[in-house]
Amino acid sequence: MNGPARRLTGAEILWEALIAEGVDVVFGYPGGAIMPAYDAMLKYSDRIRHVLVRHEQGAAHMADGYARASGRCGCAIATSGPGATNLVTGIATAMMDSVPIVFITGQVSSTLLGTDAFQETDVTGVTLPVTKHNYLVTDVDEIAPTIREAFFLARSGRPGPVLVDICKDAQQASTEWRAPTGEPRLPGYRPSPHAPDELLERAAQMIDHAERPLVLAGHGIVKAGAGELLKAFVEKARVPVASTLLGLGGFPATHPMSLGMMGMHGEAWVNHAIQEADLLIALGMRFDDRVTGRLATYAPRARKIHVEIDRSEVNKNVKVDVALIDDVARILSVLTPRVSERPRTSWFARIDSLKGDSAVRDIQGLPDEGRLYAAHVIHDLWRLTEGKALVVTDVGQHQMWEAQYYKHDHARKLVTSGGLGTMGFALPAALGARFACPDDDVWVIAGDGGFQMTACELSTAAQEGVKVNVAIINNGYLGMVRQWQQFFYGGRYAATPMRSPDFVKLAEAHGLAGLRVTKRSEVEDAVRTAQKTPGTVVIDFRVEQEDSVYPMVPSGADLAEMIRRPAPPSPLVETAEDP
Amino acid sequence: MSPSIVKSRTIIAHVEDKPGVLNRIASLFRRRGFNIASLTVGRTAEPGVSRLTIVVDADDDTTRRIEANLYKLVNVLLVEDVSFGPAISRELALIKVRANAETRPRVLQVCDVFGARVVDMTPDLVTLEFTSTSDKIDDLASVLRVEGIVDMVRTGVVAMTRGEPRVIQAQEQEQWPESSTTATPISA
Repeated sequence: MNGPARRLTGAEILWEALIAEGVDVVFGYPGGAIMPAYDAMLKYSDRIRHVLVRHEQGAAHMADGYARASGRCGCAIATSGPGATNLVTGIATAMMDSVPIVFITGQVSSTLLGTDAFQETDVTGVTLPVTKHNYLVTDVDEIAPTIREAFFLARSGRPGPVLVDICKDAQQASTEWRAPTGEPRLPGYRPSPHAPDELLERAAQMIDHAERPLVLAGHGIVKAGAGELLKAFVEKARVPVASTLLGLGGFPATHPMSLGMMGMHGEAWVNHAIQEADLLIALGMRFDDRVTGRLATYAPRARKIHVEIDRSEVNKNVKVDVALIDDVARILSVLTPRVSERPRTSWFARIDSLKGDSAVRDIQGLPDEGRLYAAHVIHDLWRLTEGKALVVTDVGQHQMWEAQYYKHDHARKLVTSGGLGTMGFALPAALGARFACPDDDVWVIAGDGGFQMTACELSTAAQEGVKVNVAIINNGYLGMVRQWQQFFYGGRYAATPMRSPDFVKLAEAHGLAGLRVTKRSEVEDAVRTAQKTPGTVVIDFRVEQEDSVYPMVPSGADLAEMIRRPAPPSPLVETAEDP
Repeated sequence: MSPSIVKSRTIIAHVEDKPGVLNRIASLFRRRGFNIASLTVGRTAEPGVSRLTIVVDADDDTTRRIEANLYKLVNVLLVEDVSFGPAISRELALIKVRANAETRPRVLQVCDVFGARVVDMTPDLVTLEFTSTSDKIDDLASVLRVEGIVDMVRTGVVAMTRGEPRVIQAQEQEQWPESSTTATPISA
């Protein structure tokens, strides 16, 4: 691997180093300070594909979607100043959800640093709190080792975004290039913590003694590829599994021990089960406030075991009894042989009884009466795609309905912005995911609001010939905010009604196909047409305007204090009164 | 001691001497809302390694989170909580006090009692140098305030454990105990 040294420019070394890290596609946008790198890129076009985005935020989300769908490290590139600052939302999104991405930005020449030169921004300063680590490279000799470190940091331990800001003169200068080998020297970096055996034994005993245990499966299960290990564990110990939003798919939704999603819009019985449990086994999750509700009354009867790779997450929000700071896959593989088989029949029966009238209240069981409900659209999409689509959601009501009604049985088939809740994420992330999984049936589910934030990337899809299917859940409102206004702000709809362009014509203006659906009976045809049509297709689903996501735990309320969908025969669609 | 009691804690961080490290640490404390009482930074005996002494007001759990978050910074090599272990901590103060021919003997007497050194004197002013613990400096300052402190500067605390120093090793700290029920402080 350690080939002979060649004399190359910094820009050429950048591409050599990216290729050495296995990068096959980069998402980016050129500009002054990154032009040497773009010029050199032409020499590498047989080995690396560049996707020209319409806005750098799109590049960041595409790299994000690529990374989440593939489990590999994504890569995005932009110029200095505005190019780099446009990435920031995407970097923060990746940081919150621990997504491995290396961002390359051009910087003004090192001689101009600090002079407020044209398009100069202190990008390492700006991105410091939203990256796992970042670098400013002023010297051509630092490019290769820095890229090596950046990928190592992004991928290892708790993954995350790393930014490398490279001065223009460093890109232009020349030096010897030699493919780097071995692990980079990072004396302060400890990516692989190891939980002591005594604590593992203690955890196993707590699990054996628990009458009402519950697994809380988070994103860590997906990231560690620990789905099968989790299945083996819960099938032996017979522990039901609740998932966080980002944990969905990590454990099969249709598995008999899967309870579904927890938290603010989690299933009612899941939240009740958490409050009644005597042991929570938290696996690769971080007790986000959207998951716990009011901390003071969270899971009051439960002891807690926390398996987490990032020690700074332990005892941050919820105090735990045993913390296993380690890779969740390793912990599950050594924990399963230590736990006893217990039937826990009464606990499963109790959870069944907690379901109570949920099925009756569920909109799934209710007739549409000629109306088009978002939940029905998503349920139908699940059915028509046989649950096998790679679904990328935006942020808002549709995201929660997707989480509730699209049953994911496989990891990495739901891509969504959980921690940051970034509107505009879905379309670009889906384009990136499609590069990672070219054989998948990729569906964007977005609201009319979020879709318009990055709708310009339709043009990227058209130019690059990338096929995704876009389902716009169009209710004419910023629906989740409208719902909060309805519940908590006296029904005063401040700045939430939204008029959108004709999405069918918008698609057509890009040379893409557009469809419109206004009745449930039209859903199947539209889905089939979209699947059959080459190129990206946009479907405008004109759904019920003022439906709300149920159940809902109001922000800061006890997890069991849920606003429930009014039971029939009350009207499905409520008026704008406070509940 | 109850883990939730907020006390003054002294944390030492050994860091790689690279551009922006201080910024990363300051940014971490600001962003997480950890309250810095004092922060000093300087070189060590080892080339390429700097050392920060950070005094914070925090309870046990917050102190652990501070340590864990410091360790997440790639350039941080070793973190030691020396709050309650055997450690030496010192701070230096320069204090300028009003003192004329009449009051000077009183000031010099105070100076003598505390073991401070006179480093400058004018007909109306005496400037003292005092190296001690922060508490002792507070005491001296409160006595001198009666005479009239004109100017004062304090360096912030520097600290060091007693006995053999910890050796910085790449894989150290993996067994950092976590939970409030199972944890023992790493300085123990």
